[in-house]
Amino acid sequence: MSHSSDLIATDILGYLKSHEHKSLLRFITCGSVDDGKSTLIGRLLYESKLVYEDQLAALEADSKKVGTQGDQIDFALLVDGLAAEREQGITIDVAYRFFSTEKRKFIVADTPGHEQYTRNMVTGASTADLAIILIDARKGVLTQTRRHSYIVSLLGIQHVVVAINKMDLVDYSQERYDEIVASYHEFAAQIGLKGIVCVPLSALRGDNMITASEALPWYTGPSLLEHLENVVVEEDLQGLPFRLPVQWVNRPNSDFRGFAGLIASGRVVPGDRLRALPSGKEALVARIVTQDGDLPSAGAGQSITLTLDREIDVSRGDVLVAADHPAGVADQFQATVIWMHEEAMLPGRPYLLKIGTRTVSATITSPKYKVNVNTLEHLAAKQLELNEIGVCNINLDRSIAFDPYTENRETGGFILIDKLSNDTVGAGLLQFALRRADNIHWQALDVNRQARAAQKGQKACVLWFTGLSGSGKSTIANLVEKQLHALGRHTYLLDGDNVRHGLNKDLGFTDADRVENIRRIGEVSRLMVDAGLIVLTSFISPFRSERRMARELLAADEFIEVFIDTPLEEAERRDPKGLYKKARRGELKHFTGIDSPYERPEHAEITIDTRELSAEQAAERIVSRLRESGIFETDYNSALAAL
Amino acid sequence: MYPLTHLQRLEAESLHIMREVVAECENPVMLYSIGKDSSVMLHLAMKAFYPAKPPFRLLHVDTTWKFREMIAFRDETVRKLGLELLVHINQEGVARGVGPFTHGSSVHTDIMKTQGLKQALDQYGFDAAFGGARRDEEKSRAKERIFSFRSAQHRWDPKRQRPELWHSYNTRIHKGESLRVFPLSNWTELDIWQYIHQQNIPIVPLYLAAPRPVVRRGGTLIMVDDDRMPLEPGEKPEMKMVRFRTLGCYPLTGAIESTATTLPEVIQEMLLATSSEREGRMIDHDSSASMEKKKQEGYF
Repeated sequence: MSHSSDLIATDILGYLKSHEHKSLLRFITCGSVDDGKSTLIGRLLYESKLVYEDQLAALEADSKKVGTQGDQIDFALLVDGLAAEREQGITIDVAYRFFSTEKRKFIVADTPGHEQYTRNMVTGASTADLAIILIDARKGVLTQTRRHSYIVSLLGIQHVVVAINKMDLVDYSQERYDEIVASYHEFAAQIGLKGIVCVPLSALRGDNMITASEALPWYTGPSLLEHLENVVVEEDLQGLPFRLPVQWVNRPNSDFRGFAGLIASGRVVPGDRLRALPSGKEALVARIVTQDGDLPSAGAGQSITLTLDREIDVSRGDVLVAADHPAGVADQFQATVIWMHEEAMLPGRPYLLKIGTRTVSATITSPKYKVNVNTLEHLAAKQLELNEIGVCNINLDRSIAFDPYTENRETGGFILIDKLSNDTVGAGLLQFALRRADNIHWQALDVNRQARAAQKGQKACVLWFTGLSGSGKSTIANLVEKQLHALGRHTYLLDGDNVRHGLNKDLGFTDADRVENIRRIGEVSRLMVDAGLIVLTSFISPFRSERRMARELLAADEFIEVFIDTPLEEAERRDPKGLYKKARRGELKHFTGIDSPYERPEHAEITIDTRELSAEQAAERIVSRLRESGIFETDYNSALAAL
Repeated sequence: MYPLTHLQRLEAESLHIMREVVAECENPVMLYSIGKDSSVMLHLAMKAFYPAKPPFRLLHVDTTWKFREMIAFRDETVRKLGLELLVHINQEGVARGVGPFTHGSSVHTDIMKTQGLKQALDQYGFDAAFGGARRDEEKSRAKERIFSFRSAQHRWDPKRQRPELWHSYNTRIHKGESLRVFPLSNWTELDIWQYIHQQNIPIVPLYLAAPRPVVRRGGTLIMVDDDRMPLEPGEKPEMKMVRFRTLGCYPLTGAIESTATTLPEVIQEMLLATSSEREGRMIDHDSSASMEKKKQEGYF
């Protein structure tokens, strides 16, 4: 087992002694069968002499039967698992492999690279200290490389090895290697991935796997195994504030009351002041009890039993935390949710949420957006399907202790369980609390929107203008606002000029930013409607889902979608700002109608065909439609009653 | 104390798993098979709940063909630790005279072990059963969850297994369904032996080499543990220095010739060995997917 056979043979006790001090590294391998991932793992097992002769005999037989390497040993077969999968030639689940060297024991989470299996990769990544991302040297950084790297970064893995494999097939070219390294670093910087080490290798030939390869004289860094043996990961959790999710209260008799659990982070010594959360009661640590005797101190990764110097109420699910660095307590969060079940996530349905040792009831709002794991774009979504990742708000039926996931994986990660089927349907990463649980709830204000609108003698609403650039939206919206103002109505026009330059000046024109742009406009519109105003918004707002999102922020009769219907050719012919010409020349990216879609409204309340009506006629038509729909009439009596 | 060694991390994980089951399941039980893995599992259970005793019973599904030394060790262990042991024997199988010599290994294992286990779990209504299986034992186990979900018929369905993230385990089940929980999932054979050595955990003496009466059958050394073993004409047990790498029903467990009479010597032999652990266990020989099939049927 890559263990020094000499020492084993001559001094087994010395060997055992030295191996008592081995550490443990858990890592995940990300890549597809094509990248040689199974071959890489198989090679590590093989080279560390973990493959016995009988297994080798079976492997040789299998290699001839179903292998893909001709007469050579197909190392990939070593790590293939269930019979059905072996026949398909792909691995479809998380498998755990083990090998060890002089310095370390390794647990490998082997997860498939196929697109459908985000679930498996997230699962494997959740317990990994390090990730190996495989790149085929011939192909370079691919879509799946980005996907894997994104998940690695999302799951908070601090150490990344980029294994640039199949170097033999690019003639061990340093140039090619440098090129891939540069393009990977560029991408990694975008997603904030840190701690990256690149290694050129050939898993099939064994180059740079265990020791430095002569075929790669220009590479001076460690071999893959050398790096895995020496990378320092232990301190990561120890340096964080103390957290002990209480698993079980140990009460063998009336004299002993111990709190058992696995230390999630930090260290503890007797005398430390701890706070129990969510209750907030404090006590000092009396003893750290184990069967092997009381410990003078304990740290992250140890399962211990603590006793306290006084009786405070602590039960399973509570978290004991350092009193000077406590965790947060809240019942509403923004979280990243990874959906893991065939049945889609339903906003509003109560699920069980298990975080640490606490299980509570949770409802999830519609996703603010979901992430395309291939392009990292933010997309609008109403729900999350299997293997989709989205950002949602989560409401719990009670407060929990937590840390943001980026600060602490153990106290910021949770699983979601379906209440009926009991299946684990999702996982999540807490980002931040939406409000402190001890704060007041939304106050039902006595002065409400009806009252505010009534004071202005109107009914508040949003006129949501949508249409292509150059369709005439802003011109018409301006005219409508002028007419309403002349009629004594209280209005406000939100358009590119006053929003893009202020509130949304941090946003660009990618699909994700467009979604966020519209979300903010929707929220601002809602506040203004709440204030009693007639709001006019004039944005291209090309996506149906965002317009629907804005619509759903408001009551049914408060959202009036006005579709300024101008065909693309006509809008492009007008091209008042010369933008279409720029876009056609490729100087403007993501331009609606050119290289970004415009989704026509299906049920707009008002549609204006600008080939039939002038801007003035269009404005008059809109105002008269408003009058017909009763926007200008106010039920003073009901509004006064509401006061 | 820091950084933790690999054995410390494995131990902590196993303790956490056991406590999680005790905290969340109503009626857990520990399947105690008397082997080295069971010995480690039991040792860990004593630690997990210290100073209390493990708050569950042990269950041994006795096929009536275990080595006599195993039964003696079992009874001594529970007496010494002051634990409660349930012994279940499939009485239907006994009544039908099922045994490895008369019915072959697969029928015997199915009726006395798999069916016996299901009977016991149903009879006592256990909703969670700890088992000492490890992921490194066999390929299909590499993908097994730590908390393995079983239908009311005790079937293992690879599609319904639950993803396991961080240290969060979903223990929720409907009435009649159950969990098999494997606290030693991430231990390897070497880890087990090292831990036994380090912690001085008692094991059945059959693991150590001693002169024992054996006969050679089909390349395998079978120990003649009692007079139920039918000898072929001309077959005569001879005394050989042998030990066992795994323990099960004596007629189904092959011995290996060895001079390793101490634990370090056993580890030494194992590290220098060239064949895998389950080679001596005859139930795996049927076909490469046999363990997987058995698992689906409810054999662990």
